[in-house]
Amino acid sequence: MRDFYGTTLANGLMLGTAQYPSPAILADAFARSTASVATVSLRRESGRNRGGQDFWKLVQGLGVHILPNTAGCHSVKEAVTTAHMAREVFDTKWIKLEVIGEEDTLQPDVFGLVEAARILSEDGFQVFPYTTEDLVVADKLLQAGCEVLMPWGAPIGSGLGLNNLFGLRAMRAHFPDVPLVIDAGLGLPSQAAQAMEMGFDAVLLNTAVAKAGDPAAMAAAFAMAVSAGQLAHTADPMEPRDMAAPSTPVIGKAFLE
Amino acid sequence: MGRITIIGAGVAGLCAARALLDRGADVRVVDRNAALGPQACSWWAGGMLAPFCEGESAEEPVVRLGQEAADWWAAKTSAVHRCGTLVISPARDRADLTRFARRTQAFREVDVDEISLLEPDLAGRFAKGLFFESEAHLAPRAALTQLRAGLVADGAVFEVADANPDKFAQRGLTIDCRGFQARDRIANLRGVKGEMLILSCPEVALNRPIRMLHPRVPLYIVPRGDGLFMVGATMIEGGHSRRITARSLLEMLSAAYALHPAFGEAEVIEIGVDSRPAFPDNVPRISRRGNLIRANGLYRHGFLLAPAMARMVAELVCDDKTPEIFHETAA
Repeated sequence: MRDFYGTTLANGLMLGTAQYPSPAILADAFARSTASVATVSLRRESGRNRGGQDFWKLVQGLGVHILPNTAGCHSVKEAVTTAHMAREVFDTKWIKLEVIGEEDTLQPDVFGLVEAARILSEDGFQVFPYTTEDLVVADKLLQAGCEVLMPWGAPIGSGLGLNNLFGLRAMRAHFPDVPLVIDAGLGLPSQAAQAMEMGFDAVLLNTAVAKAGDPAAMAAAFAMAVSAGQLAHTADPMEPRDMAAPSTPVIGKAFLE
Repeated sequence: MGRITIIGAGVAGLCAARALLDRGADVRVVDRNAALGPQACSWWAGGMLAPFCEGESAEEPVVRLGQEAADWWAAKTSAVHRCGTLVISPARDRADLTRFARRTQAFREVDVDEISLLEPDLAGRFAKGLFFESEAHLAPRAALTQLRAGLVADGAVFEVADANPDKFAQRGLTIDCRGFQARDRIANLRGVKGEMLILSCPEVALNRPIRMLHPRVPLYIVPRGDGLFMVGATMIEGGHSRRITARSLLEMLSAAYALHPAFGEAEVIEIGVDSRPAFPDNVPRISRRGNLIRANGLYRHGFLLAPAMARMVAELVCDDKTPEIFHETAA
């Protein structure tokens, strides 16, 4: 596994902690997923009041790396404030940076994202920016101090999978040494496997597991898909070709006419 | 059997008192307040007796035990309306309706014409819905007031005191039904913040609770009669503030407005905020240590599950029958 700001993860599955039917089911899902990272969104209200301790204790009790999230922030200032609260509450430099630019697609405001990433990086944060597959934006994020990028697969919560295969492939090829995480839009384990087969370093998902009828079973399915995809990538997959290539030799076959 | 003391006069305490009184016990109810009011979680309840709809995300016992609720409340009060529940979604969130249908039972699909018949004021506004005909709802404050009056009439004693259950338990059998107030004594009990509104909108008439599905903010609107509607309720893990956030207010008002534009002209009568007591599986628990029984964790299912929990408390006390939601370890 590639390292994320100096931390080597046991596997490439990052799982969100929102929207589960109950904390007990959340804990089951994490156990079955063997995920190495849990994202947790901090409501600014809870951060101010130091409330939320019960739930955060539960998340900390999962025994995985915590990646706090500025989910639902629409401006640089909001995101920076939330990041500071998260650092205090969870005692980590890691921050998943979301600056939302559009209400219907929840796609990132990439201009605000780059600015917030620069501010937070200069302040000592280790930023995981939720971005698009745009190479120019990716480059600006790296210049702003990010050492990990998290391109979207599809809009948050849509379950559409990898929407722009060409763009994501180009991104992987363009930044061969940067840890890349597919964040958002995954609905099925096969999509997670596909991302790992393409050489992405991890996938991050939430709704696909939390909103499944049996979240723990779906978490287990994603765990298998991620390790299958990762293994397949390291096994150097064959190249597709236009014509059939017989897998058994034809020379020497008897002519039957 | 000597006198039994029940601490807490919210929905859990009053139902337990009723169940024990019905089994012939001598019952005293102690609460820090003289009357039901905004300090009690029950005051802000939606009052939906909707076990099948809750089955979308709740554990199996909630669906099964919740089916006792409508008959129980109808027998003890006149606050129950048996009109079912209508579940709808905006056209763009149809996938949520499909998923809801897959995870629930005891409904039938209704089309635009049938929705118009059920709820004339929603005519033509929604193409598809799910109708849970056997479900019911009640007016929570009226129900608790009647329940309490019935208890007083049948000889239960009410006392005002800031009670310590451990002290009462030294003198006799005590049932701690305090809800979130008991959090420092019960392991794993957490608060889940809920926010709700009461709107006055005489222009709109609804016959039954309407659930609006939405990927992020599923909400319900319950008619309370006289042009009043309860809109609820958020579920926020770890939100302990006693005030509503602007975002929650916006989302709830938007949901009401999306249901019917006339809600844009509604008056906001009340804003409620409270912490629901919940265990990690969001299923209630009964525990016993010596003379002290604790019944807690009704989460968002106070009126739905309090009758079943009260029955189990009474069976534990009177028949020594171990409740299915019994937890030995909870101190």
